[in-house]
Amino acid sequence: MTLASWKSGPVVQLGWTVSDELLCIQEDGSVLIYDLFGSFKRHFSMGQEVVQTQVLEAKVFHSPYGTGVAIVTGSSRFTLATNIDDLKLRRLPEVPGLQGKPSCWVVLTQDRQTKVLLSNGLDLYIVDNTSCTAVVPPGLSPQAGSVVHMSVSFSYKYLALFTDSGHLWTGTSNLFTCLSVCLPVCLCIYQPLYLSLCLTRCRRPKSQQPSVVLMWDRLLLVAGVCNDTIQFPLEDPCVLIGELDGVRIISSTNQELLQEVPLVCQDIFKIASMAPGALLLEAHREYEKLSQKADEYLREIKEQSMLGEAVKQCVEAAGHEYDTNTQKSLMRAASFGKCFLTDFSPDQFVSTCRELRVLNSVRESSVGLPLTHAQFKQMTVQVLIDRLVYRQFYPLAIEICRYLKIPDYQGVSRVLKHWASCKVQQKDLSDEAIARAVCVKVGDSPGVSYSDIAARAYECGRTELAIKLLDFEARSGEQVPLLLKMKRSQLALSKAVESGDTDLVYTVVSYLKNEMNRGDFFMTLRNQPVALSLYRQFCKLQEQETLKDLYNQDDDHQELANYYVTASYKEKRLESRLSLLQSAVDEYNKAKNEFAAKATEDEMRLLRFQRKLDDEKGAGLLGLSLQVGTGVVLVLKSLAEKEEWEELEKFSKSKKSPIGYLAFVEVCMKCNNKYEAKKYVSKVTPEQKVKAHLAVSDLEGAADAAIERRNEAEMGAVLSRCSASDRLVIDRLNRARAGAAKK
Amino acid sequence: MAAHLSYGRVNLNILREAARKELREFLDKCAGSKAIVWDEYLTGPFGLIAQYSLLKEHEVEKMFTLKSGRLPSADVKNIIFFVRPRLELMDIIAENVFRCVYVSCYQTPHCKLVKECYLENDQTSLYHTAKGLMTLQALYGTIPQIYGKGDCARHVANMMLRMKREFAGTQNQILPVFDTLLLLDRNVDLLTPLATQLTYEGLIDEIYGINNGYVKLPPEKFAQKKQGEASKDLPTEPKKLQLNSAEELYAEIRDKNFNAVGAALSKKAKIISAAFEERHNAKTVGEIKQFVSQLPHMQAARSSLANHTSIAELIKDITTSEAFFDNLTVEQEFMTGVDTDKVNTYIEDCIAQKDPLIKILRLVCMQSVCNNGLKQKVLDYYKREILQTYGYEHILTLNNLEKGGLLKPQTSSRNNYPTIRKTLKLWMEDANEQNPNDISYVYSGYAPLSIRLTQVLARPGWRSIEEVLKMLPGPHFEERQQLPSGLHKKRQQGENRTTLVFFLGGVTYAEIAALRFLSQMEDSGMEYIIATTKLVNGTTWIKSLMDRPESQTP
Repeated sequence: MTLASWKSGPVVQLGWTVSDELLCIQEDGSVLIYDLFGSFKRHFSMGQEVVQTQVLEAKVFHSPYGTGVAIVTGSSRFTLATNIDDLKLRRLPEVPGLQGKPSCWVVLTQDRQTKVLLSNGLDLYIVDNTSCTAVVPPGLSPQAGSVVHMSVSFSYKYLALFTDSGHLWTGTSNLFTCLSVCLPVCLCIYQPLYLSLCLTRCRRPKSQQPSVVLMWDRLLLVAGVCNDTIQFPLEDPCVLIGELDGVRIISSTNQELLQEVPLVCQDIFKIASMAPGALLLEAHREYEKLSQKADEYLREIKEQSMLGEAVKQCVEAAGHEYDTNTQKSLMRAASFGKCFLTDFSPDQFVSTCRELRVLNSVRESSVGLPLTHAQFKQMTVQVLIDRLVYRQFYPLAIEICRYLKIPDYQGVSRVLKHWASCKVQQKDLSDEAIARAVCVKVGDSPGVSYSDIAARAYECGRTELAIKLLDFEARSGEQVPLLLKMKRSQLALSKAVESGDTDLVYTVVSYLKNEMNRGDFFMTLRNQPVALSLYRQFCKLQEQETLKDLYNQDDDHQELANYYVTASYKEKRLESRLSLLQSAVDEYNKAKNEFAAKATEDEMRLLRFQRKLDDEKGAGLLGLSLQVGTGVVLVLKSLAEKEEWEELEKFSKSKKSPIGYLAFVEVCMKCNNKYEAKKYVSKVTPEQKVKAHLAVSDLEGAADAAIERRNEAEMGAVLSRCSASDRLVIDRLNRARAGAAKK
Repeated sequence: MAAHLSYGRVNLNILREAARKELREFLDKCAGSKAIVWDEYLTGPFGLIAQYSLLKEHEVEKMFTLKSGRLPSADVKNIIFFVRPRLELMDIIAENVFRCVYVSCYQTPHCKLVKECYLENDQTSLYHTAKGLMTLQALYGTIPQIYGKGDCARHVANMMLRMKREFAGTQNQILPVFDTLLLLDRNVDLLTPLATQLTYEGLIDEIYGINNGYVKLPPEKFAQKKQGEASKDLPTEPKKLQLNSAEELYAEIRDKNFNAVGAALSKKAKIISAAFEERHNAKTVGEIKQFVSQLPHMQAARSSLANHTSIAELIKDITTSEAFFDNLTVEQEFMTGVDTDKVNTYIEDCIAQKDPLIKILRLVCMQSVCNNGLKQKVLDYYKREILQTYGYEHILTLNNLEKGGLLKPQTSSRNNYPTIRKTLKLWMEDANEQNPNDISYVYSGYAPLSIRLTQVLARPGWRSIEEVLKMLPGPHFEERQQLPSGLHKKRQQGENRTTLVFFLGGVTYAEIAALRFLSQMEDSGMEYIIATTKLVNGTTWIKSLMDRPESQTP
């Protein structure tokens, strides 16, 4: 129990969410959410306009979508939020003639739609998202007066209306079917304080009929569909809450559950019952007394071949009982009966035993979850564990998980996760102690994310603790977002690199880039080669200039030189191109790459030369290509085509041709100038001699060269060019080949 | 459809189905009609898992190719972009974003892995490889043994083990299909992709290039010759053919040495014509009916035969040419270690004749690899020749090749390639091309190093070649992954072990053929499944390493 002084505005309504949080709906439409221990969690608002108009009444309701809140405002308008965890406010259409708040109203969830049923004077309306419809419940005569109380069953299936003339109408909540209309207490002209619907089983097995529980000041009255009523006097003022299978009556000192006795329990415990279960229970009792009557009872059941049924009844009844001694005697009877059966599946017996142990332990007043068996079945173990966790009964929750053998993922791990998130908030413990405690308990339980726990610690302002906890996280990828959030960017970067996920590295890098000044940023990258290379990739595509700076910083002269080379190809003007290439030469020299420096210098010389030719001759060479080889060939071609033979000769002498002189021969021949071509034949390398001679159709010269070089393939090549008229040459070649073959 | 994927020991259709399921679910996330805008590099890979009909079933009404500029208009509710995560593509999308847009990024096969990992130190592709292997294990069970060789292999294995730790607690309960995973870094075997592949499929790829299972061929030989019709209107569009083992004949000959393909084709021709002759023997109505029922299958076989005969003719024209022969001779000289330390005259001649640069680079790199680096003088000579003939701009490409280790100056005086060659028996003098008894048939003498490593791993184990492994670049390692108890395989007598061989940075068709050959060898006791980041050949591989600065000149 937590007591707190209320410092916020006036509260209109309190309620609980499905995850055990306290909702405080204030007059101004703001809703505050607290956990079970009274610490504030968050808040939201039911709309701006409500601040003016004020909330007149509010209701908290539950549906498959979660917990919802409905309010009616001073302007007589309804606003709904069906799920407060995914807040979408819906303002319902206006209700005709409604002034202030309606005399009573409920929220219904039907056909996946949430509606409001309200009573205003003599009229009943159903308001949904789009429309407001007047409704008349079948079977309720207009004379019955106006509805002053209404209640809907836990499952939203049934509805009860109470009129100012004392009529009680019960029917389905869609208002199609009336189950009964009665005047339960004709004399009672007071309005009941509470009206609550609960479901009870009728005599017919499995069909359920609603009964209505009404409460006056000191009187509780149960009204069934068959006009029967039961009355209970009350001593204290109470509150009624409708539940799945009963009505909970809460007074200032204790709580009770009003529920129809389950059929199977009636069968067994009814006075002088001859039901098989009752007989089995009796048999076991006699057996314990070591009386031979046990055998008689057993025979009686067996004669009717009802022993199986008897065991089942006992097991089922045990499930419904609250007193542990009764549970025990029923289960023992069942176990006793089972001994005389072959082929009886023990499943139900075993599961009931387990469930009862769990139920008994949570029903303890120290835990305070007085669940019925049916409620437990409905809520599932998962939810029960959640509830325990919300109440911080961690050891019990873990015990239950282990006892029921729930897979760690859904069981123990979830509890531990919640425990750890709670542990990190303990202010009286040091970071060190908490981190150690968490690590010892959680270990590497599957499904517990240390980064989630760390995030929680960070939310509570314990950054150091968060970092310590993150260290335990196995998945580096998970660590990164939180580290960034905590501004531990360097650490985030190394974790991102560790994860191998390059997307993650990019994320951190781009974050750092915005966060840091350039110098620091570069220094940080420098310590992380992988990140640095990725950033370089990015720069190659997006920021060429930065790339240069990066290489500069690393004194990577080779890459810097390559960078200048690439850049030079983007320049149109020769001067800038040359200056970039000069930078490349400098860098290649610094990188001690003499070869590349020399090659680049050659390229520059060629460019200058082409430029000179261009200026002098207007050959338009620069625009064509800058490749050395083809460059020269183009110069040659263009000179030859213009028949500038002198110029060509000058060019050949200007420096050693980078592509040799065969090209000169070929280019002249292309322009059918054998005379010019012959000038260059003597200049070609020995390897090309034969080819050059052949090019100018000088077979003899070719033959000489081939023989001189003793190259059989070349001789063959010459031979293939010879025609019959070249007898002499052919003979010489054949002789030379034969000679070569001998050797 | 895709039935050929489910024949083997490992049903690869599971993987295909998983991919299809993911795609379907993704498409269904966007209700209503859709248009898809494709990054054109992705259409090929997607074609392997889903045909247009599948997309149509999921309300895909229009498809476009992603180009800069505005998209054509389409009257659809959703527009989905399928793209690779590339900055330049994102820019185009940004220009076009006007309605609800789903952008889906897909990691593509990486032919550039070597470039990214060794040149740019970008490990993105390795990360995705590791993730892919985790997916594979989710579908086919945890692989108990992991072997690897090379830096990238080590890196991928580390990431896999790390990811496994991260998923601790969720134990994979599938009975493992694979016994062993072998991760091979392309960097360990730089030689194989440089050599000209000599299997049928390898040659098709070398000459025409196979893209996602399709090849485009010159149309002349495929012209339908009908009687009486002169072949006046030859088709000009290249003939596009799908190549996979669903085609019976192709499955039979794809892995054969090309010199054995002719015989196989003529044998097949005889069988088919014999089958057609059967009709003369069909006497009774029943027999005729049976014959007719087989007709479609026979006709398919006949047209398949015609296609492959045409392809074989096309290839033969090239393989019998002098240029091809000369090139192959030089390659084989290098691989056998003849004169690898001198400037090679054939390469010189090729440069002088300005043969395609890639051919030159392939040869020079091969010489460098086979000599464990070239003497500085030789290297500089080649580089100068290349720059002077093909243009200075290639200085960047040469630089890349050096960084990638394909081209390097000799650092130690000892050339260890001969030791490697001898220990691993990389050169087999008497390779039998017709009825092979060793993997060396795929390169007519050269046994791919990568496959030898695989073979030795199976028997007698890597311990026997410790020395050689140390000579090859990068670490070699072995890791074991714990299996949950109860998943340990009980091997039946004679049951083969299955190894998944993952080539990081690409694999050639010839290497695949060699592995398939190993699987089929009766006494190998090992079945191999191949995975890779990309199918490569020497040309595509060198191309991926080339760097051409954009020249502004028109």
